[in-house]
Amino acid sequence: MIWAYLYNIVFYASCGVTVVATLLMISRHNAVHALLYLIVSSLSLAIIFYLLGAAFAAALEVIVYAGAVMILFVFVVMMLNQGQRSAALEAAWLPARGWIMPSILASILLALLLLGMNSEHPLQPYGVHGVAVKDVGIALFGPYVLVVELASFLLLSGLIGAFHIARKMPSHMDQNTLDEAGNG
Amino acid sequence: MDNQYIDHAIILAGILFCLGLVGVMVRRNLLFMMISIEVMLNASALAFIAAGSAWNQAEGQIMFLAVITLGAAEVAVGLGLTLLLFRHHNSVDVDQLNKLRG
Repeated sequence: MIWAYLYNIVFYASCGVTVVATLLMISRHNAVHALLYLIVSSLSLAIIFYLLGAAFAAALEVIVYAGAVMILFVFVVMMLNQGQRSAALEAAWLPARGWIMPSILASILLALLLLGMNSEHPLQPYGVHGVAVKDVGIALFGPYVLVVELASFLLLSGLIGAFHIARKMPSHMDQNTLDEAGNG
Repeated sequence: MDNQYIDHAIILAGILFCLGLVGVMVRRNLLFMMISIEVMLNASALAFIAAGSAWNQAEGQIMFLAVITLGAAEVAVGLGLTLLLFRHHNSVDVDQLNKLRG
């Protein structure tokens, strides 16, 4: 019975951390602070995924959202803050109130993780059998192989689109040239 | 399946989606709107995972993979557009985009 109690604590505390982090995230004025809260929100969602019996999805959530997507956002934030304002912004990013709250939320998540791992019976998905990674792989490359192909098309078009949209325009091909091309 | 956790996970997904929607509607900074869209995608992914584990089927996680791929492609193109907007207008305020006459 203590085991179900532990599951309750970890599940609902993770839900609370997710909602609090998302609320704080959409109310920040600073993009980097919002990104810190987005990382915390992704990590606590990964715990919920694990508790719902989807360990593979939990790992992917950490790798893709808290890893890859976050790096993209950080790169763009760095590119948007060039010039005069960057020094003042750099000073404004340092005060403790910017990172104390994300640290507290992340510490709660770490405590939940240790709580789940250190008990006599390590925390398992409850009430669901859970879908093994093997079953997901068999289904993905069996009846759902079209999804894999569509995902590859989507990623390729995203890659080409992002490269085309965000490329630097050569100086000899600036607005005048484009206007002439448009008029002709 | 009488599993309260799956019900509560679906409720959490609804709350997260509403928070992301509020973020998209309230903020005028394109970067924050992108972050809020990511929250909405996360919420739909949570709903798929919960439904997949309610029925013990692999389809939930397959749809999760599709959603996560969509999120990655969307964030790449969207951040490219953000950079373009910043280069042209020197700001990421979407209200600057009301003069799109070509």
